[in-house]
Amino acid sequence: MSEPIIKVDGLAKRYLVGHQSEREQYQSFRDTIVRSGKNFVRKAVDMAKGRQILMGDEVEEFWALRDISFDVSEGEVLGIIGHNGAGKSTLLKVLSRITEPTEGRITLNGRVASLLEVGTGFHPELTGRENIFLNGAILGMTKKEIRQKFDEIVDFAGVEKFLDTPVKRYSSGMYVRLAFAVAAHLEPEILIVDEVLAVGDASFQKKCLGKMKSISKEGGRTVLFVSHNLSVIQTICQRCIVLKGGQIDTVGPSAESVAKYLEAPSDTFWKREASPKTDCYFEEARISVEGEESQNPIVEIRTKITNEKSKNLAFEVHLFNAAGEGIALGLLGSVDPIKLPAGTDEHIWRFPAHNLATGSYTAALRLNIPGVEVFDEIWQKLSFDFQAPPQAIHSYRIAQSWGHGAFTLDLEKV
Amino acid sequence: MQTILEAGRAEKNYWRDLWRYRELFQVLAWRDLSVRYKQTVIGVAWAVVRPVLTMLVFTFVFGTVANLKSHGTAPYALMVFAGLLPWQFFSTALTDSSNSLTTNANLISKVYFPRLIVPTATIVVAFVDFAISFVLLLGMMVIYQFVPPWQIIFIPVFVALCFLTSLGPGLWITSLNVKYRDFRYVIPFIIQFGLYLTPVGFTKEVILAKIPENLHFVYNMNPMVGVIDGFRWCILGGPPPFLEPAFLIGIGVTIFLLWLGIRQFRKMEKTFADLI
Repeated sequence: MSEPIIKVDGLAKRYLVGHQSEREQYQSFRDTIVRSGKNFVRKAVDMAKGRQILMGDEVEEFWALRDISFDVSEGEVLGIIGHNGAGKSTLLKVLSRITEPTEGRITLNGRVASLLEVGTGFHPELTGRENIFLNGAILGMTKKEIRQKFDEIVDFAGVEKFLDTPVKRYSSGMYVRLAFAVAAHLEPEILIVDEVLAVGDASFQKKCLGKMKSISKEGGRTVLFVSHNLSVIQTICQRCIVLKGGQIDTVGPSAESVAKYLEAPSDTFWKREASPKTDCYFEEARISVEGEESQNPIVEIRTKITNEKSKNLAFEVHLFNAAGEGIALGLLGSVDPIKLPAGTDEHIWRFPAHNLATGSYTAALRLNIPGVEVFDEIWQKLSFDFQAPPQAIHSYRIAQSWGHGAFTLDLEKV
Repeated sequence: MQTILEAGRAEKNYWRDLWRYRELFQVLAWRDLSVRYKQTVIGVAWAVVRPVLTMLVFTFVFGTVANLKSHGTAPYALMVFAGLLPWQFFSTALTDSSNSLTTNANLISKVYFPRLIVPTATIVVAFVDFAISFVLLLGMMVIYQFVPPWQIIFIPVFVALCFLTSLGPGLWITSLNVKYRDFRYVIPFIIQFGLYLTPVGFTKEVILAKIPENLHFVYNMNPMVGVIDGFRWCILGGPPPFLEPAFLIGIGVTIFLLWLGIRQFRKMEKTFADLI
């Protein structure tokens, strides 16, 4: 075995974060003046000493990464998974030289290109053609390389007709396709990719995945790949690192790492940690979207419920949009109660999701006798991301971010 | 090619790396240029309107109303324009390069490249405005039937000096601006006061006559004084300025600011992505 192409040794990254101390949250006008004065003095001192200016009154160290060591050999595709805030993006930033490690050492034996965002540096005023050159240069391609691959890039993105239109007039899909097409034609020895496949429609995603696979298989290039899409990770990565709280939790073959990752509590999976307060409670719950690429997606909630003695009850699902506003309620058993026998069993609940807008949702589950007694609830601990299906009757798919709400209405003319 | 990343490690190949990224430098400069006058009605004409109007006002106020003396026998308007050329280059370059890192924050936090490229590329844009103004100057010479002296061939030397004079403070301020946004507000002041503290609308002699002899060196510490002297010598003739101690003081200040700027920039470069 030759020398590894990437060698990471005891890597750590620290950030300083400022906090507002709690006791000072409510205050009079005089307090505010006094505090502003103090703040000014402190900031001036910070600046004189060349320190960073932080908001708030208390400064805390935050270790985004700690004791990270691993090797990657040439031609390997390494996946990195972890929950939000586990340090994935920080790790990629350090590896791609955007920010400096606080401790530790990284040895890179090759040219690195990183793709932390699709379309970095795209300028809205410039045309598609100009942006290909701009973005290519930013990602580290030479003009010659870009010129050679120009037709291929345009073809991959499918934007021939709009090459001389400013990209600010592009649809978001075209924009993203063009951006990814440029990136897909990078040819560095080491490629670092962050979650960029989660863009575009299903067919374009498939195309991107195919490209990723061929980059690693045929090109023999080393790829570091962060994704939340576990099936993608399993198909293209041989090995996988699971990050947790800034540290390496598991390193191993993808299948094993993914399995281990799934066992840990996450935002799609909840496991009871505190002891139950009643005799009927949730043990586990998992939420997922089934058939996301079909016309009829379904949200499925798998629950494990322990019930000490048989009883009649109702099951509720509350749905919240990304802003935390309640948007929907599902009720089962309020009129015709559900009979739940004693014991621990798995129960599966589902609802059709074809009306939901693209975006992320949080769910709350509740076991109760409506208006009488609440047995147990999992309040806003489960969430899922939803990609709205293409619909025959709509020319576009609605997204939560547009501010028109979280549902499409099944409108009819009579 | 091996790269080692470690805390506080000075990069061995820093300057070579910078050379490797020269294409990105070109592309960024080209981007700033092609975007500069997009969605404006008169487009590049802005690069003409600004200096011409300033020149007219200065000529009227200082030449006609205040009746100040011109440089030798040169027409007052031409004298003003010869000073305005480097001054506008300096002010555009300084303003743009000082804000360059913060306006390119999205690049800085997502891609690696030698950061020095960003502020230097913006100065290229200022240079293009300068080139347009220079063509205007030639036109004015034709109108005034003014034959420039032979030393006009030295113009590139003083353009380079003007470039370095704006690069130094530009680098210093842009890197501090990443950490302390206060510096963004300092620039308009420097530009506004500088216009009157520097002999742009009048000759240096006019000002020096008004301040005590022993304070002349303070006035000459303004590095743009030397640059403008140089420009006027190239365009209007007269005794060469670069043998006087006044000129050497300006060069010294330029070199010092350049050293300060590069040092500050390189010291902070690696933390830009964290602070921006």
